[in-house]
Amino acid sequence: MIEGITALYIFMLAAFTGYEVISRVPVILHTPLMSGSNFIHGIVLVGAMVAMGHAHTPLELIIGFIGVMLAAGNAVGGYVVTERMLEMFKSSKENG
Amino acid sequence: MDTMIEISYFIAAILFIIGLRRMSSPVTAHGGIVWAGVGMLVATLITFFYPGMENYLLMTVAIAIGGGLAFWSGKTVAMTNMPQMIALYNGMGGGAAGAIAAVELLRGEFHSSVFLALALLGALIGSISFSGSLVAFAKLQGWVRRPLRFPGQQYFNIGIFLVAVALGGQLLVSHDFSGAVILGFFVLALAYGIFMALPIGGADMPVVISLFNALTGLAVAFEGFVLGNAAMIIAGTVVGSAGTLLTQLMARAMNRSIGNVLFSSFGASGAAGGEESVEGSMKPIEAADAGIMMAYAKKVIIVPGYGMAVAQAQHKIKELMTQLLARGIEVKFAIHPVAGRMPGHMNVLLAEADVPYDRLYDLDEINAEFAQADVALVIGANDVVNPMARSNPDSPIYGMPILNADQAQNVIVIKRGQGKGFSGVENGLFFADNTRMLYGDGQAMVGELIQAIKTL
Repeated sequence: MIEGITALYIFMLAAFTGYEVISRVPVILHTPLMSGSNFIHGIVLVGAMVAMGHAHTPLELIIGFIGVMLAAGNAVGGYVVTERMLEMFKSSKENG
Repeated sequence: MDTMIEISYFIAAILFIIGLRRMSSPVTAHGGIVWAGVGMLVATLITFFYPGMENYLLMTVAIAIGGGLAFWSGKTVAMTNMPQMIALYNGMGGGAAGAIAAVELLRGEFHSSVFLALALLGALIGSISFSGSLVAFAKLQGWVRRPLRFPGQQYFNIGIFLVAVALGGQLLVSHDFSGAVILGFFVLALAYGIFMALPIGGADMPVVISLFNALTGLAVAFEGFVLGNAAMIIAGTVVGSAGTLLTQLMARAMNRSIGNVLFSSFGASGAAGGEESVEGSMKPIEAADAGIMMAYAKKVIIVPGYGMAVAQAQHKIKELMTQLLARGIEVKFAIHPVAGRMPGHMNVLLAEADVPYDRLYDLDEINAEFAQADVALVIGANDVVNPMARSNPDSPIYGMPILNADQAQNVIVIKRGQGKGFSGVENGLFFADNTRMLYGDGQAMVGELIQAIKTL
């Protein structure tokens, strides 16, 4: 478990990191950036797995199942479309 | 094993940040998503070894179903439909965060009120992002055609939101996790997401999609606190802050605040204020003449908009570019930040058609160059080239940064019909003396332009 103030530090530093990393992204990459970050919050899959793994009642299990399914969709779908889009970006030289 | 898990999450978090960093340049961007993908794989696999877990079989089935469907849809979706696909995946993430919170609430084993509050906050945001993204998906897919608006809508929405928050507060104070209150809380949060997204028009979608993206990130971070999972906290927060920044950029490109996008009915006010008189008339042109005009130009700037996506004209545009380049003409593309239905929509479509990214220019880079351009070809763009945003303080879009296409020697506008744009605002550009209108389907008209240039 991560306790109170440590968690707050992590939160603050991560927020600054996100802001700094993104502030330099050129406009042409806004879509891959958005879908890339969309992919990254697919990490929710990890949490959904833990929640489902610790489910005891049938209701908890059903909700956990839905959660894992949605999260896996977020992660896999986010990766596939981002990869497809970035694959297409080529400069004049690469186009020959 | 606990240490192994912690270390793996730590590595995953590092890989996410490096990956996102690499996405900030077109050269390294593709590598960036692969790095982040490795991070995701590491984190997911190690989670199977999490202590005290059960239900492995069902868990694997759930991953296979969700991942399989998303893999298939992600591989097959057309580039023009990318905005709704991203909205959908984003909504799924929000829904997952909500589901985590629901399981935790039903179990009701919260050590402190702080964790409970965070779980509720994440549940609220995640649920809103889930249902709101689904509405955005339905709109972009064309299932919901018109923004739904009714009198007192804002008060109605705020009412729903406040009741949802009140139920959350009830859970927080009483620690009584009865099914009814939890159910009511989630139903109202989901309803708020729907009603919040319903009145928002198509042209505002870039702002809305990136906002929901940021919200899902935050929801994931909050649930990460509840589960004590550092990878979720870091990844979620990074996405939350990055998404907030992107949302601000989008809103600024429309000269509106985020609140204004979400809570005002732009189209309605635009129609009421759209009675301003426009000097001159729209002057049509034949494709053959427009082709000649472009063939003998020195410099052509192409301004694409959402209409290009609708007409699927990006491949024809690439062909036109090739023809013009072969004649030694300088060709550049001017991209407005909010052209299309998601941030960077035009760039993706043009990249799909193999237009090199070093020919795409942002608002600030290209605006000074229009004055030296012989021809500006506007295809499917409307509000982003409306000079009234500069000149007419009464116009609803006054103050919005626009592409100064009107400053080119000649302007050719490819447009389906004579109607107004999304905002219902007359476009002064269409009536300007140096503008000629080429009426017809974008793809067909660009095809005719190519033919005209070829025959010269």
